[in-house]
Amino acid sequence: MSVRRLAKDQPASFAFSEATMDAAKVWIAKYPQGRQQSAVIPILWLVQKQEGWVSEPAIRAVGELLGMATIRVLEVATFYTMFQLEPVGSVALIQVCGTTPCMLRGSKDLMAVCEAKIGPKNHRSADGRFSWEEVECLGACVNAPMAQINDYYYEDLTPETLTQIIEEFASGGAPKPGSYAGRHTSEPAGGALTLTDPALYDGSAAKPITKLPNAPEPAAS
Amino acid sequence: MTGILEDKDRIFTNLYGFQDWRLEAAKQRGAWNATADMLSMGPAWLIDQIKNSGLRGRGGAGFGTGLKWSFMPKVVNPARPHYLVVNADESEPGTCKDREIMRHDPHLFVEGCLIASFAMQANVCYIYVRGEYVREREILQQAIDEAYAAKLIGKGNIHGWDFDCYVHHGAGAYICGEETALLESLEGKKGQPRLKPPFPAGAGVYGCPTTVNNVESIAVVGTILRRGAEWFAGFGRPNNTGTKLMCISGHVERPCNVEEVMSIPLRQLIEDHAGGVRGGWGNLKAIIPGGSSVRMIPAAEAETALMDFDSLSALKSGLGTAAVIVMDNSTDLVRAIARIAYFYKHESCGQCTPCREGTGWMWRVLERMANGEAEPEDIDTLLDVASQVEGHTICALGDAAAWPIQGLFRHFRPEIEARILSYRSRRPHVQGATLVAAE
Repeated sequence: MSVRRLAKDQPASFAFSEATMDAAKVWIAKYPQGRQQSAVIPILWLVQKQEGWVSEPAIRAVGELLGMATIRVLEVATFYTMFQLEPVGSVALIQVCGTTPCMLRGSKDLMAVCEAKIGPKNHRSADGRFSWEEVECLGACVNAPMAQINDYYYEDLTPETLTQIIEEFASGGAPKPGSYAGRHTSEPAGGALTLTDPALYDGSAAKPITKLPNAPEPAAS
Repeated sequence: MTGILEDKDRIFTNLYGFQDWRLEAAKQRGAWNATADMLSMGPAWLIDQIKNSGLRGRGGAGFGTGLKWSFMPKVVNPARPHYLVVNADESEPGTCKDREIMRHDPHLFVEGCLIASFAMQANVCYIYVRGEYVREREILQQAIDEAYAAKLIGKGNIHGWDFDCYVHHGAGAYICGEETALLESLEGKKGQPRLKPPFPAGAGVYGCPTTVNNVESIAVVGTILRRGAEWFAGFGRPNNTGTKLMCISGHVERPCNVEEVMSIPLRQLIEDHAGGVRGGWGNLKAIIPGGSSVRMIPAAEAETALMDFDSLSALKSGLGTAAVIVMDNSTDLVRAIARIAYFYKHESCGQCTPCREGTGWMWRVLERMANGEAEPEDIDTLLDVASQVEGHTICALGDAAAWPIQGLFRHFRPEIEARILSYRSRRPHVQGATLVAAE
């Protein structure tokens, strides 16, 4: 378990923006009547998108919206590690995957870059624009090492490409997510060795199927 | 030829996303073809076909998918509707296959959700996507919206079975990949596993009959039915049939995802698809063949291992999610496993004491070993703790935390003992007592 506590400095209040509230209503509508508590994780996430982090007044507001006791929302906010309980970098939050598959391919070097360019982990840079943390497996292991920056995955990184990405964010750019080793997605470097048969894509798979395999003979009518 | 499986027999024809994932292109690749005919055969026929195909759950445990479906009540009590919940909380270190399905072949997946829901007489399906997969979630939602717009799903759709499919998401908890923790999370609570029984088929989400399946298990269903259970069962060995997405990461020349037949030799998988071990097969140290939770196997055993449930469990390892993590001779195995131990410490939900405390103990001892501060007897202490955690917790996370450590010492104990002795022998004879407390 990781120990997670609310930040010492809390804002005085929280208000849902109109867009957040509209999106929250879409989530609540997905669950059966009386089960609106199900929407707590997605709504806390929306709150985090709005404010950048999850504050104590926001937790209360979510509790009121969903008819949940504050402690139940607090439990959720502290249990799930994607909820940032303190403000993070306003321009970029860099989450470097440090679990074994990424470690084997050099995630330590990426963390060294973050440390040099931003500062110690779990703290914001002096200007408040950047922060970084080490996270557990992000599920892009064949594109290791990688990092999630804000919402998207930056894959096949090297210290050089990560440096370049951070600099691009710093100068107001929006670097493109995806592989930084020239791969399309998760095919082997140098090009796919499979799925090269053009017959897969000529529409022949869409031809009507007259009888499914093993289908019983239709009863005589 | 590369590998064993031929292109014409691949289910995920857009695995790498070179094609368009949208509805029209997906239909050209075969999705949504004859779906109405499948449903017209009725639930019992569908479940039989999936049973006959030999499909075993692709999320790691390998439980028969058709059999699991058959556990759902046959008659729906209107007060307790049935639910299909799809586990897309892919977080097992080494695994990155469901991600490709969601962002590149989402229509095969949504079609599978409809078929499976009908087979279990569920009108609602929730897809629980891990929180970090933001892009994947966006694409999946767009695909679902397309399916609604084309009346493939929704109320009054062309398939004649009212069906709502909702995307739900988590927020970064590995434990929510455990099916009952996932259900708790879906209900808006902390993801702490439930005691079983009752099993989800009796009382799952909102106390209603529920089946939880992995994304890959659901996404293959449409193609199996289109091509026939025998076609799917024709790949691999008995009890280990079909094709499987495999993820090859770590010290290989070209890490990649690939769909292959079950029971492909591990060495062939790595050499044909991933360009072989970095520095050649002779440079191989060990392989974790099924995601971080399974025990590693050394190079000698990897030589002959087959990528299936039975071959790997005979080696005291497991197929898990078929996430192959390759480690070459440059790897500090203790450090690699210490990092996995840290992962489990971080991800333990804290509900059961053996796991909450044990995962931390195991990580700290391994960290000492990796740093050269351990004593030889620490190995036995560590294995003792591992055995105290294994099998003494509500869910399998405790087991999963113990197995990688057991695997390490099963194969490399003499090497680690020699290492401990070597750094001890370099120490001065007289030194201040450095006691490292358990906490």
